[in-house]
Parts: sequence; C-alpha cells; structure tokens
Amino acid sequence: MTTHIAELAFEPWQKIIEHQKQSGLDKQFGATATFIGSMRDFNDNTDVSRMVLEHYPEMTQRYLDKLEAEASKRWDLLDTLIIHRVGVINPADPIVLIACWSTHRRAALDACSWLIEELKHHAPFWKKETRQDGDRWIEKNTDGF
Amino acid sequence: MSIQVKFFASLREKLGINDAEINNVPTAGDAWDKATNNAERPVNVLVAINLEYAQFDSPINEGDEVAFFPPVTGG
Repeated sequence: MTTHIAELAFEPWQKIIEHQKQSGLDKQFGATATFIGSMRDFNDNTDVSRMVLEHYPEMTQRYLDKLEAEASKRWDLLDTLIIHRVGVINPADPIVLIACWSTHRRAALDACSWLIEELKHHAPFWKKETRQDGDRWIEKNTDGF
Repeated sequence: MSIQVKFFASLREKLGINDAEINNVPTAGDAWDKATNNAERPVNVLVAINLEYAQFDSPINEGDEVAFFPPVTGG
C-alpha cells in the first residue's frame, strides 16, 4: 500500500511495473485495475498551455493514506498504489495514477473507481490553468463522465 | 501557544493572505473573521482543523492549525 505526491513528471506504467515487482505478489493477484488521469490541452473549448497543481501538503498525504486504508477495509485488496502530481504540469503529463490489485476482478475494479471519485471530491488539490487570456483557477471538478 | 491559520489556492489570492497567527477564538468561523479582518466568506469555502475536514462552528484550541480553501479540483 503506497501513496506518493510527485513533484516531477512520472511514467505511470513504469511505476505500476516497479510496484508489482517490489510487492512480491506477482503470483497471487489475478486482477489489476488502473486509472490514469492526464492533462488535456483544452478545457471548455479553450486551449490550455499548462497547469499548476497546488495542494495542502500535510493534509494531502494524510488524506490519501486514509483513502487507501478505507479502500482496503471495504474491498479484499492485495495492494494499492496512488501517485498524484503537484507543481507545473504540461499537456499529456499524467496527473494521477491509481492502481489496485486483487485476487479477482470485482474488488480491484470497484476500489479503483471509488478511489478516484473520493480523491477528486475531497483530496485538497487545486488546479490553475494557463490559457491565452491568462491564468484561471478551476472552480469545480467535472462529474464522473 | 497560538492558532495557525492557512489559506489556499484562489482563496489565498483573493484575500491576499497566505497565513496568519491568532489567539483566543472559540470556533473556526471566528478564526476566519479574525484572520481576514471580517472579510465576507464565500459560500463554498471549506475548512479543516488539524488536517481534518471540519465545520465553521467546530471548536478550536490554542495550538490548532485551521485551513480555509475553495472546493478541491485534483485528480
């Protein structure tokens, strides 16, 4: 079970492979569910050239740890990994990675879906976009479509 | 001992306050009033006390950290 706030760009698929190898669970899990959120170069039909992600460092780490613990209580998970970027982010950069490993698919799929929704609605991160007409704070997250 | 107050993101920029140190206030709402010099409070402001979500009428004590911030937009 690992949570990490990343100040620099990361390669999510590499992180998943490394985590699997380090976990020692590679012959136990039958299911891996992942969510990767990346930065688009548009929002509301407007070009976005970059983004700054601010957070409340102590609370963020604590909140992610709490989410992971809660997911492990709710579902029969073998392992989880959450990585979230902060700082300056460019289009196509990964912003968040959530990976869940379980013996069977349902636990991993449901936990992964629950984790990203909880994170988006409660973890103290804030996005500020740079557009042609200036910088703008994102006021609220989109619904889960 | 004192109470540390922090502001984040658009709220920090709007108020022009990063953080403040105050004393002797009973609730998080009172901490807002004192730290912002009674600035109007946007309806969607969230509050945390000692890194946990709380309410504006939640009690606070000397040594606590109170944070105010807008709706979160991570992920």
